Amino acid sequence: MPLNRRDFLLGTTAAAAAAALGARSASALPTGPLPSPGDPAIRALAMRALDAAKSGGAEYADVRIAQNRTQFVATRERRVQGLADGETFGAGVRALVGGAWGFAATSDLSPDGIAAAARQAVAQAKANRAAQVRPHQLAPVTPTPNGEWKSPIKVDPFEVPVADKVALLLAANEAALKVKGVRFVTSGMNFLREEKTFASTDGTYTVQTLYRTTPNMNITAVAADNSDFQSRQSTEVAPMGRGYEHVTESDFVGNAPKWAGEAAEKLAAKPVEVGRYDLILNPSNLFLTIHESVAHPTELDRVLGFEANYAGTSFVTPPEKVLGQLKYGSPLMNIQADRNQVGSLAACGWDDEGVQPETYMIIKDGVVVDYQTTREQAPYLDWWYRKSGKTMRSHGNSYAQSWADVQFQRMPNVSLLPGEKDYVWEDLISATDRGIAIVGNGSFSIDQQRYNGQFAGQLFYEIKGGKVVGMLKDVAYQFRTPEFWGSLDMIGGKRSYWLGGANNDGKGQPSQSNAVSHGCVPSRFRNVNVINTGRTA
Amino acid sequence: MSAFHDAGAPRSLFTDANASSNSAPARYLSRADCEAIARKVLSYSTADEARVTISSGVSGNTRFAVNQVSTAGDTYDAVVTMRSVFGKRAASATTNKLDDASLRAVVQRAEALARLAPEDPEALPELGPQQYRATEAGWSEATATLDPAGRANAVKAVTEPSRGANLTSTGYLETNAGAFAIANSKGLFAYRRQTSSSMTTTVRTPDGTGSGWAGASHHDWTKIDAGALGARAIDKAKRSVNPVAIEPGRYTVVLEPTAVANLVQLIAGSLGARNADEGRSFFSKPGGGTKIGMKVVDERVTLSSDPFDPETPGAPFTFDGTPVGANTWIDKGVVKNLAYDRYWAQKQGVAPSSVSGLRMSGGTATLEEMIASTQRGLLVTRLWYIRGVDPRTILFTGLTRDGTFLIENGKITRAVKNLRWNESPIFMLNNLEMMGVPVRVSASEDGSPGQAIVVPPVKARDFNFTSLSDAV
Repeated sequence: MPLNRRDFLLGTTAAAAAAALGARSASALPTGPLPSPGDPAIRALAMRALDAAKSGGAEYADVRIAQNRTQFVATRERRVQGLADGETFGAGVRALVGGAWGFAATSDLSPDGIAAAARQAVAQAKANRAAQVRPHQLAPVTPTPNGEWKSPIKVDPFEVPVADKVALLLAANEAALKVKGVRFVTSGMNFLREEKTFASTDGTYTVQTLYRTTPNMNITAVAADNSDFQSRQSTEVAPMGRGYEHVTESDFVGNAPKWAGEAAEKLAAKPVEVGRYDLILNPSNLFLTIHESVAHPTELDRVLGFEANYAGTSFVTPPEKVLGQLKYGSPLMNIQADRNQVGSLAACGWDDEGVQPETYMIIKDGVVVDYQTTREQAPYLDWWYRKSGKTMRSHGNSYAQSWADVQFQRMPNVSLLPGEKDYVWEDLISATDRGIAIVGNGSFSIDQQRYNGQFAGQLFYEIKGGKVVGMLKDVAYQFRTPEFWGSLDMIGGKRSYWLGGANNDGKGQPSQSNAVSHGCVPSRFRNVNVINTGRTA
Repeated sequence: MSAFHDAGAPRSLFTDANASSNSAPARYLSRADCEAIARKVLSYSTADEARVTISSGVSGNTRFAVNQVSTAGDTYDAVVTMRSVFGKRAASATTNKLDDASLRAVVQRAEALARLAPEDPEALPELGPQQYRATEAGWSEATATLDPAGRANAVKAVTEPSRGANLTSTGYLETNAGAFAIANSKGLFAYRRQTSSSMTTTVRTPDGTGSGWAGASHHDWTKIDAGALGARAIDKAKRSVNPVAIEPGRYTVVLEPTAVANLVQLIAGSLGARNADEGRSFFSKPGGGTKIGMKVVDERVTLSSDPFDPETPGAPFTFDGTPVGANTWIDKGVVKNLAYDRYWAQKQGVAPSSVSGLRMSGGTATLEEMIASTQRGLLVTRLWYIRGVDPRTILFTGLTRDGTFLIENGKITRAVKNLRWNESPIFMLNNLEMMGVPVRVSASEDGSPGQAIVVPPVKARDFNFTSLSDAV
């Protein structure tokens, strides 16, 4: 449902002013309190942009008009460090002229302002034709003339009193500070609501409202003589495309003493001995490894060389030698892409090209069968889809971080599907003779073709004879991606599936952040190289 | 840029795209614009104290991939942030709508939030009017007026030679022109306009076995030579084909300036005095206190920042209006100062200080001399995917990328496969052997202008490479 609500905190007079505006005529200027996404004024602005682009010579154009509302509360020990509310409103127009792209964005949302931005996008495209060799082509799309979608939230975080948020965080901090050795605690909550209207010259017009909720906590214990300090972050609480219910269910107040105790315990943990170990990775650790070593290398723009200057290329290339042939990992490895898992960060009704996203397999039984695509990229794989008896279309993996940024290929949710046997975390530990179990995500780094990765975590447990025998510290595991995924020999079942995620997936130039979830199950990897990261200054 | 004629109506900030854009004005708010908005916003305030910050500007970019433009964009935005204070309670609200109703609403939102905030025991009153040293360091008309056609021409200076050499170039050009202003209810007003630009390219060989990178960053676009930059990347790509694997371990390295900056700028992120005093920083002294006065790196190393340095221009004031001057952080290897915000400075009885731009001392050695003096080592172009591993030692991990070469008996003998390293800039600066002349580089990971940084090339021993990468 498109919203007609004006969400001004605590019923300020602006809300009353908004209500007094009533219905707008299609020609009304959107000044002051904003029209809602479904408002005729927004539709009129979108059409004005498309008309200006087409009359300027664009063979295709699209426009995104969006209002982002943000709020964050940040605390430290017994004080509020930051309390801020933000809104940003604007439009981005993309135009294709002679097979070359142009893009312009503006926060001037008068009819003349958005038309000028559209003309600027056309002028960009015309300027870029000078350096164009191969015109861009777009895969066909089935238009959606009137689409609506909203994140399935239970409690709108912007409706929850700030006092409640502050009280929850300070109570969690207090609970952590009661643990011996704990000296510092920070905690916070970030909320985003994006109200986004998309229109294209293909006849699509969609209105979406997306939410993201990110609670976080970081607890630091310091040795009495200041000789060491160790932190424990709440990485098992992932950001999600949910409402305030995610904060409530994360139970920071209840979890804080446990996390604080673990931070203090890390001070006395045994430094890991360098060597090869069987690793049992909790989903709270593995989701990030999936993100870096599976999701990124199967982005088609990287494979084709479009991201070579920053994010890099990919070892999963060339497509004609990879698809249906490349053994990425063990037969237990089934990787699915989607934008419809409930509560996931990438969930949406349509991507930023107006394409309804598909759920599809990227890796099946350990073999690569597809890549992530947009309308511009899908034609590169036409041969494969014909061979597979599928229709060539975009998978719906286009995204821009805001109205001010151009959309391009961004990963959807990319998840490791559960195994057939209903194993859980404890079953993997019991089945392991000598290994390390890792909980939570920590430091992460991987090369520009996604071969060599190094990952740490929050908690490390030594396993001997199927039992946890103690805590380790200074652990990081290094791998070469194909060998790592090839060593996967035991995975959890449906009961142990967990949805991790991150708000800060960087790619593109200028760099944009994507928010994406990765579902996975506890998994065991055999004989992985472990290093000790502790060095003395 | 004219001042507001009618601040209640949105303005068209785009020039007519059909007109010649050679004289297109930079789109940002002038000092007069900002003063007018600030006066208006502060007049709506009912709080005990209030601060408004106004950030505006245009960002233009052109991307190229596989020897042609892939995307390009121009974005204008202006953002107003209001910070309202009631006693010791404070909160902020932000908007990018500048009409009267929206500005009133942002003040009301900030005040509503501030009334709900708990009292902050560390709250400080807003600063009164400050004296700021006038500076135009960091502004360039050439950067502010570079248009899409100019950017496309610069791109062609890379893509055409690359295509002519049967190589594949990918890269990015970004320019920014904008202004930032602060005003508060006590009469403080500060304004600065700044430009920035960067261009980077990665050139790869068709067989995928070679890759070379070159990049530059400067607030003055005319200081960036796109053709020369492309030629460097092309040369590196050609020379880096068919790399061989070498054993990971400790190597003598000759680090080009970009690689040095990739590491040295990490120190800036650890300079916070409060963390050091609290015992959770490399700069914490065992037993208590900070390492100020202690020698931590080679005595040839001095690390400083100066917002008025024409090569490392930065903001002459912080977000709360505190004036920023020149600072020496490490002086001849000894920790001289750490970064203090207003609260911690007052608590510790020192002056506030912050990092704005970064400069490292150097020497006179050339890269060629460093290579010639090396029995066995590696020449490194740049580092990538750098992430923190251990804050106790400023230990990071990352990889070499786009031009890594083996040095044997004083000569570059061949390209080698990339390597993962686990290393700290502190350890590296303790193992220095030679330093060259400092230069301005592009040290951001994503090709954006990043912070202004001037560093030398260096030769250092015992650089810790922990594993091999097959990535080209």
